[in-house]
Amino acid sequence: MNPRFSLLLLVMAGLAVAFAPLPVPAIAPQERTFEIDAHQFAYSPSELKVNTGDTVTIQLVNTDVVHGLYVDDYDISVEADPGQSATLTFVADKPGSFRFRCNITCGAMHPFMIGKLIVGRNDWLYRSIGLASLTVIGFFPLSSFILKKEERNVA
Amino acid sequence: MNRIELTRIPFIKNALKSRYPQLAVFIVMLIGYIFAILAGLIGTPVGSHNFSIVFVWIAWWAILILVAVPFFGRGWCAVCPIPLPGEWLQRGAALSPPDKRPKWLNLRVPKMFRNIWLQNISFLLLALFSSVLLTTPNITGIVLAAMLFAAIGLSTVFERRAFCRYLCPVGGFIGLYSQTAPIELRIKDKQVCVTCEGKPCYNGSSAGYGCPWDVFPGGLTKNTYCGLCMECIRTCPHDNIAVNLRPFSADLAKPSTRMDEAFKAFIMLGSAIIYAGVLLGPWGAFKDAAYNVSSNSWFIYAIVFLAIIFVILPGLFMLGILNKKNTLPLKQRFASLSTALIPLGLMFWVAFSLSFVLTNASYILAALSDPLGLGWNLFGTAHAAWQPMFTSILAPAQTLALVGGLIWSARTAQKAAGEVKVSPIPVIIYCFIATSLMLWLLL
Ligand code: SF4
Ligand code: SF4
Ligand code: SF4
Ligand SMILES: [Cu+2]
Repeated sequence: MNPRFSLLLLVMAGLAVAFAPLPVPAIAPQERTFEIDAHQFAYSPSELKVNTGDTVTIQLVNTDVVHGLYVDDYDISVEADPGQSATLTFVADKPGSFRFRCNITCGAMHPFMIGKLIVGRNDWLYRSIGLASLTVIGFFPLSSFILKKEERNVA
Repeated sequence: MNRIELTRIPFIKNALKSRYPQLAVFIVMLIGYIFAILAGLIGTPVGSHNFSIVFVWIAWWAILILVAVPFFGRGWCAVCPIPLPGEWLQRGAALSPPDKRPKWLNLRVPKMFRNIWLQNISFLLLALFSSVLLTTPNITGIVLAAMLFAAIGLSTVFERRAFCRYLCPVGGFIGLYSQTAPIELRIKDKQVCVTCEGKPCYNGSSAGYGCPWDVFPGGLTKNTYCGLCMECIRTCPHDNIAVNLRPFSADLAKPSTRMDEAFKAFIMLGSAIIYAGVLLGPWGAFKDAAYNVSSNSWFIYAIVFLAIIFVILPGLFMLGILNKKNTLPLKQRFASLSTALIPLGLMFWVAFSLSFVLTNASYILAALSDPLGLGWNLFGTAHAAWQPMFTSILAPAQTLALVGGLIWSARTAQKAAGEVKVSPIPVIIYCFIATSLMLWLLL
């Protein structure tokens, strides 16, 4: 196959893997409530899975010093005093994987007090692994093309 | 081969040859460094509000791993304050060589230490305690001070920069990854060096000091051990030293055959994967184990950490490249092929650091106004709220870094495999699996 053509093919395949719309399973939105226990320096449970469109209520129960919970990208947060609890309700309308993290300095490992919220499927992870696989598969025809070109340049 | 000599530009050449611009940067850096030590020791114990933590582990780290190393190689070492007091003491001068040099022991470092194993060990020591180091101002202050004093001590016993060359925990990986940078310092014409009398670039002259990094510039083929201190530009009487712009990772075309360097690649790759899981993952038990130094779970963490780096990662790699028909010794194939892990590891660190740095960069503003956490407000930014930045482009940027790193390492594997006449496929598959693991941990 013409190497330029295979390069073009590869780039298009890459774009498709990265951006092509995927079918979204139609699941009726639900109301979901999680009780999350926050303590130095972890949340439990620390991984939440919901469907896109769900109305999520997080009840943050604080068992030691003051902690908060900030959801990356959604840019929303809640704080709870020691021994208290607080609630955060939002509609999980952005699909993907998001870190949530403590937003109130609560001790040494505070910057690493982190949990994970997965809304729908974690498509971006699969797309990224797809891109990595494509790289490996496409590497050989392409690299022989580059090698030949380099040889031509040397000659 | 397609290189652009930057030192042809008179402004750059003069700026590098003169000692004053470098000295000016040195002084600023040294003041900052000493201030970081003091802030660590006397400032607030709350890490995210202490200059030492915020400026060393967020600001400096971000600049080092995202900009300095990938684009300037050992550029940081050119302005690093750590070896300065020792070097000035050793030289008896902060600028040009004095008429009378002080009499220090000036010993040569024993042969058995002239490799980077000590650096591998010093890095691992810090790595095992990193959760405490990264978050506790006191400990950061003590470690920074210890590096300063170790460098001073070694300068009075050994010749040149023994600390930088053989002990600095940071210098080891900067050297490894500097091979990927598009900048190099090399001689212009080999023939001029052959006939050059006295080799002042290595032995020193009245114009400057012999190479502080104990390298002979005439023999440079890779960036790893050249600290870009610019002495040889000053000492070479034949104007034979150039700083070049070159293609990325040019040094990796000729793979190394040294085991210490091969293991450095595994140490850095493994640490990036472990940190991504422990520090940025959602698993509280790992964080507890990593933080509670000297608890039982910490010992298990330390053993697992070392096992991943010294047994699991290199073991799987070794299995992949076992091939009875190949006549080259396995050790040589192992060392050469591990070159492919250098760009991969660098991009793992970039992807890991992006997340950590973008999330915590907003602490920099507050720490600037209140560096000791004593309630000052120097620039009116002391109460800047914590706010993660660019969280929506973080995941795409990490994918770009990791998949880009995979392509880069596959190319490198192919070249290295060509040198030792084996197939690159097992190495490429190894890199693919490692990349997928890292994607899973970070995304
Ligand atoms: S090796 Fe270490 S101490 Fe020496 S200049 Fe580089 S970073 Fe600084
Ligand atoms: S002083 Fe200059 S010409 Fe002489 S050996 Fe060193 S780099 Fe070569
Ligand atoms: S003297 Fe030259 S070769 Fe030696 S470390 Fe400095 S810049 Fe590099
Ligand atoms: Cu907290």
